Amino acid sequence: MRGRGLGDRLLHAYTWLIIVWLSSPIAVMILFGFNDKKSKSNTTWQGFTLKWYHQLFDISDLTVALRNSLVIALVSTLITVVIGTMLGLAIGRYRFRGQGVTNFLVFAAISTPELVMGASLLSLFVSGNVPRDANTIIVSHVLFSLSFVVVTVRARVIVLDPSLEEAAKDLGATSWGTFRQVTLPSILPGVLAGAMLSFALSIDDYVVTSFVNGSTVTFPLWIVGSVKTGIPPQVNVMGTLIFGVGVLIAIATSVTARRRA
Amino acid sequence: MRRLTPYLLALPSWMWLGIFLVVPMAAMASVSLQTGNAIDGFAMTFSFSNYTDALSRYSPQLLRSLLYGGLATVAMLVIGYPVAYWIAFKGGARKSMYLFLLLLPFFVSFVLRTISWGFLLADDGVLFGPLKSWGVLPVGFHVLATTFAVVGGLTYNFLPFMILPIYVALERVDPRIIEAAYDLYASRTAAFRRVVLPLSLPGVFAGVLMTFVPATADPVNAQILGGTSNTMIGNIIQTQYLTNLDYPTASALSFTLMAVLLVGIFIYAKALGTENVLEAAAR
Amino acid sequence: MDPSINPALLRGMTQARTRRDAFRIAGLSAAGLALAACGVQGKKAAPPKADAVKEFWAKQTKHGRVVFANWPEYMPENQAPLKKFQQATGISYEYKEVIQENAEFFGKADPVLRAGQSLGFDIVVMTNGVQLQHMIDLGYVTALDHSQMPNFLANVGDKYKDRAYDPGNVYTMPYTSGVTGIAYNTKYVKDEPKSIEALFDPKYKGRVGMMSDAQEIANFGMFALGLDPEKSTEADWQKAGAKLKAQRDAGIVRKYYDQSYIDAVSKGDVWISMAWSGDVFQRQLAGEPVKFVVPEEGGTIWTDNMLIPKNAANPLDALILMDYLYQPAVAAELDEFIQYVTPVPAVQDLLRENAAKAKGEAKKSLEEMVDSPLMFPSEADYAKLRTYTKLTTKQEQVFNPIFQSITQA
Repeated sequence: MRGRGLGDRLLHAYTWLIIVWLSSPIAVMILFGFNDKKSKSNTTWQGFTLKWYHQLFDISDLTVALRNSLVIALVSTLITVVIGTMLGLAIGRYRFRGQGVTNFLVFAAISTPELVMGASLLSLFVSGNVPRDANTIIVSHVLFSLSFVVVTVRARVIVLDPSLEEAAKDLGATSWGTFRQVTLPSILPGVLAGAMLSFALSIDDYVVTSFVNGSTVTFPLWIVGSVKTGIPPQVNVMGTLIFGVGVLIAIATSVTARRRA
Repeated sequence: MRRLTPYLLALPSWMWLGIFLVVPMAAMASVSLQTGNAIDGFAMTFSFSNYTDALSRYSPQLLRSLLYGGLATVAMLVIGYPVAYWIAFKGGARKSMYLFLLLLPFFVSFVLRTISWGFLLADDGVLFGPLKSWGVLPVGFHVLATTFAVVGGLTYNFLPFMILPIYVALERVDPRIIEAAYDLYASRTAAFRRVVLPLSLPGVFAGVLMTFVPATADPVNAQILGGTSNTMIGNIIQTQYLTNLDYPTASALSFTLMAVLLVGIFIYAKALGTENVLEAAAR
Repeated sequence: MDPSINPALLRGMTQARTRRDAFRIAGLSAAGLALAACGVQGKKAAPPKADAVKEFWAKQTKHGRVVFANWPEYMPENQAPLKKFQQATGISYEYKEVIQENAEFFGKADPVLRAGQSLGFDIVVMTNGVQLQHMIDLGYVTALDHSQMPNFLANVGDKYKDRAYDPGNVYTMPYTSGVTGIAYNTKYVKDEPKSIEALFDPKYKGRVGMMSDAQEIANFGMFALGLDPEKSTEADWQKAGAKLKAQRDAGIVRKYYDQSYIDAVSKGDVWISMAWSGDVFQRQLAGEPVKFVVPEEGGTIWTDNMLIPKNAANPLDALILMDYLYQPAVAAELDEFIQYVTPVPAVQDLLRENAAKAKGEAKKSLEEMVDSPLMFPSEADYAKLRTYTKLTTKQEQVFNPIFQSITQA
């Protein structure tokens, strides 16, 4: 092995630097979840307290909004991953009629500004007499996440070696069996990456949701509403907890991976 | 059954995209050619002048958005590629953990993130305050309400969308190919340039696609972090839609923006494709 | 073959469509076009006839529930006033803080109401201005039944009874009002800026905040020229626009804010800014170094109004709640939290009584509220205040570009 240690270590440090940079506003958010503030605004430090953790669910509207966001994100991610992976497979692996149109549509979905997507969806729902609620939000979230999953899965699929699947089929595996045991594990990193992206997009979305939500409030919508008069610390605490759960999952994956390795 | 497979796989997504993307878009195209206002109603007049008017009035903001979007995309490429590289090749068993950590901040609402950013970047805040009192920075120095803040915000907000696709493409590269290159006396840079980089290009393309477009069209960063001359086309469209209720102009602007982005990406795809075909032929 | 670029992908992205694909897209588009072909119908509605109003209300019965949509932080977190309402009347409530911007709200409400559907809200709160005007003009608002509004008629202040935007309170009942004036950071601005010219003063170059809303900034442009927004003409708007453009070109303005100016002033990023009275008052109460002043040349007074949108499911319950909130005790409880200007003058005395009975911190803040001109403007203050310019749709299309070209250059 060549001595490439220094270069690798620099890259390693650089990667952590980027992770820290991305997380620094989060540190601010976490910190101000402990701020003993007395006024409506939460921008100057006034002392340490844990009381917001006790009063976490005091703002019932906020709690409902958070729950809505989590449920919507889960459901829309599930749908997006299933139909998006299917489409990614189709485009990346096969040649079929309408491929050009499909690529174009996938691209169009990404290149549509959220504002435009939201406004056009609202008009559609209204003229179709569809009531706006969590279901319409889910529909719109799938719409903008779909392209991300498709593109990510496709990038993965097109460098896959088809001979593995051929071999499986020759050995008598069914189509579904082949998929489950040969194809899926190979594309799983792409699928998971797409799933994480889709979940993050959904839980974070403001613009499109604001058009099609009807009277259902989601977490980002609630926060934007409270900006003008001061974001309550409960929001910081919830953000901290979401972040904390994510960190725990990351640690758990890392530990199990190391055990496996 | 085999021949039907791709169609069956694609069918649900087709339906979804067809109903929820194509139909509303067509309706919007129709609106962009109408005239009128929200109270008295709109009528189809095939006024292509909506497009020319909108373009002549708002071309500064459109060009500015392309500039900011482009700068941010380049920044994200430069900043993000090494991260994707390291995680894909050296991340080992902990790859998922790193990816998760990268994406974690985005489980927190962007409003919260951007506001926290604003807090960190405040003129006399935790970052610049001490620097100013030590005389390292001039008193009038400020980052917020400048172009730098906006482009920085765009870079920050969309970075994972650049890193993820590049990672996915890199991860599939067999490290033995690189070893083979070294065995053939390739230097580290040459191995990277001629082996790894070309193999990662689908990922780079996907990354650019998923970042340039939203960055150019984004209204939020300019709104929260920008100053008086940082208005982007996304802000203009937002105002036309929501405040002025000028749906024809808003629709015309939206289509113009999408057309410009499409052209940009097609040129990029062609450039990428051409390059690669030449290189493949040369091998 | 080079596996890195899928030729199919590239071909799909860069080739002309096959005829089949073209027809497919065309087919779907035709469907969409058919939907939108007729364009969006506008309907200017005539004001309702008095008998029609009476007939409407005669048919209404109490349903036992009401859905109240409002702006954020306009109701105490524990929703105590609403809980007491439920106990008193037996009507259950749903309170949703879903309104953040008039324009955005109207943009979402318009297609729904235009299609004859219900918004899902029984009470909605909107600021007087262009969007409220649209709602009324388009017939989206249910006219109120004054015979069922005893508390309102008994307790509403004269100033809130006959506003220009809704003469005779046919459609709306004020919820709270506020004043747009100047906020400044006391650490950086030592002498209180009495004139509106302070916002245009080159010595504050790069440290001035202005509002991005066209109506707000237009008013201030006109005040600075000694013009009255309520009586202004297009020529006046052009002059105001020119003044604001000069301010911008001289680099005096740091940013055009929609709502977040108060953080900037408090932190010192901005030293002086256009501001709403309640925002400043709340920060002052918390001890932040900000103060509010109404310029001599004038300030803007705006009102957030309750209204019942068309096709509301529970109009009678809505009316009962709206009127309930006009009882002085309830209005006082609300105002203690909201800290803007209440439409019920009796609240000031009630708060004074409460302050006398309270102790410690609560007593201090109550006393501050009672004495504050931000919550209880004096007659002299009111004399200086003007509302937004009233605009017809045609005028809007001239007015907006003048000021938006400055805030969104």
